[in-house]
Amino acid sequence: MTDQADEQVSNGPIIQIEEMHKWYGQFHVLRDINLVVKRGERFVICGPSGSGKSTLIRCINRLEEHQQGRIVVDGTELTNDLKNIEIIRREVGMVFQHFNLFPHLTILDNLTLAPIWVRKMPKSEAVEVAMGYLERVKIPEQASKYPGQLSGGQQQRVAIARALCMNPKIMLFDEPTSALDPEMIKEVLDVMIELAQEGMTMLCVTHEMGFAKTVANEVIFMDEGQIVEKAEPETFFNHPKSERTKQFLSQILSH
Amino acid sequence: MSDEAPLTKAAKTSILNNPTFRSVTFQVLMGAAVIAFFGYIANNTLHNMAQRGISTGFGFLDQKAGFGILMSLIEYDADHSYGRTFFVGLLNTLLVSFLGIVVATILGFVIGIARLSRNWLIARLATAYVEIFRNIPLLLQILFWYFAVLSALPSPRQSLSFLGIGYLNVRGLYLPAPVPEPGFLAVEIALLFGVVATVAVTIWAHRRQDRTGQQFPVFYTALALVVGLPSLVFAASGFPVSWDMPVLQGFNFRGGLPLIPELVALVLSLSIYTAAFIAEIVRAGILAVSHGQTEASRALGLRPGLTLQLVVIPQAMRVIIPPLTSQYLNLTKNSSLATAVGYPDLVAVWSGTTLNQTGQAVEIILMTMAVYLTISLLISMLMNWYNRRKALVER
Repeated sequence: MTDQADEQVSNGPIIQIEEMHKWYGQFHVLRDINLVVKRGERFVICGPSGSGKSTLIRCINRLEEHQQGRIVVDGTELTNDLKNIEIIRREVGMVFQHFNLFPHLTILDNLTLAPIWVRKMPKSEAVEVAMGYLERVKIPEQASKYPGQLSGGQQQRVAIARALCMNPKIMLFDEPTSALDPEMIKEVLDVMIELAQEGMTMLCVTHEMGFAKTVANEVIFMDEGQIVEKAEPETFFNHPKSERTKQFLSQILSH
Repeated sequence: MSDEAPLTKAAKTSILNNPTFRSVTFQVLMGAAVIAFFGYIANNTLHNMAQRGISTGFGFLDQKAGFGILMSLIEYDADHSYGRTFFVGLLNTLLVSFLGIVVATILGFVIGIARLSRNWLIARLATAYVEIFRNIPLLLQILFWYFAVLSALPSPRQSLSFLGIGYLNVRGLYLPAPVPEPGFLAVEIALLFGVVATVAVTIWAHRRQDRTGQQFPVFYTALALVVGLPSLVFAASGFPVSWDMPVLQGFNFRGGLPLIPELVALVLSLSIYTAAFIAEIVRAGILAVSHGQTEASRALGLRPGLTLQLVVIPQAMRVIIPPLTSQYLNLTKNSSLATAVGYPDLVAVWSGTTLNQTGQAVEIILMTMAVYLTISLLISMLMNWYNRRKALVER
């Protein structure tokens, strides 16, 4: 597995963001973002609330629109071209803070919906793929239940499996453990760590610093819409350069 | 025993403090009061009727009615029985309710979605529609359409003509009535074939998608089969239909398919009024589906159309159905305001004219109430059944 991961890292950039700006009306949410993510790299993005970290990763699959600069994902530039947006969304999986499972569908149907309708996969094949991922997130026995019948941790693992069923090249995580009870955080993080070890390209907005230390190639600290600091976890946690980063780290690590 | 205070106390407690005893007693008393009340009313009514020489029972149903009715879906004239007037009224009520529900649903969904539009003008117009029609009493709206709009139309001689095919005047809307000719059977067979084939294609496309993942343009195929095929047969067999055109004779039009202004006014006002409520229900239903659902679906690569079809609408429908049911019930019951403009619905014909002529108030009112109760319960049952099928499973 690690061989494969290393090989993919060397493959060059999969996400390129150049001089990207975004405004909500008058409010300048993202300022001059430059970021290059190579195949197989794992980035953790942290920062105070309102710093624009969620907005940044939501720009990568165009759930948010940027107004200036360039975003190129897997060789395709994100513009207003709907076809391009759909091509990119197929290759980019996303996991949300509040899971956003489809409550009117069973767990299995949640997983097979996009493969069947977007990838045009035969149902039997989609079910096979879905069951495979459900086993990987260790809840195959819940396949015929509905999301409302599962615990938060289980729902989030289903959400990860749902994104993986599309066989994405990149996974975006938007605070995946923030809405979970402390006991359930670990089961979700375990799945994410396993995914990282398999060489998945991951961008993860999280405050789980333990996860950042074990998994991330780079940690990014954002404040007021800017990337303040970007470093390997060892440097980031032990020798932060900026005052703002030090202040933030002392806040979240003091507990 | 005497030194255990609580026990002694409990033993002394009166039976009146026992909750079971209390609830049973109250229920028995309540039941007795209800029975006594209705018993008294029934007894009183029978006594009064006997005193005034009013016969009871349903014998009057077979008597000759002796009055005409403005509009009837079944054959009817003054020589028919009172029993027949009941069915004429019932069918007229069902017709107006059915038309009203269909129009109100379509209009309501359109206005409701329009209110959520990003287009400022469309959204504001929809809001204005809802606020105006929801807040004006229905009876006033019925009178408005009947007296202010439809009565202001020209007389038959000055009819508004639609390309010489349809005519609108103060007496109503006159449309050409299609009269099938011998070759028309082929068209009907083609239509039937088209419908059956559509069902078959839908099932086949579904199975094929399950099996191979390929999607099939079911909608356009269905369109071709149901509309295209019969049209083709229709044209190929030399348009085997003749039209019974409305023709001006004397003071009015003869022939064709007449729609009386009372019906038009009633359907218009009932559906426009109810559509305002349905629009709000639809808007609430769509808003109730959190934006996260749309985002999750789009993030998986589902197109906006598929997102709406597979994720948003199925969830919105569950919020929409129960209040929509009660709007359907309201519309059906409100159709009894037909009396105000003289549309011969059940209330006007049966508990109006027939009651006045026969004096059989108890029987007639009971029958009328039973009819509305039955229609309402049928609509409820249907919608509850649909709702149960779609209900969310939690816990």
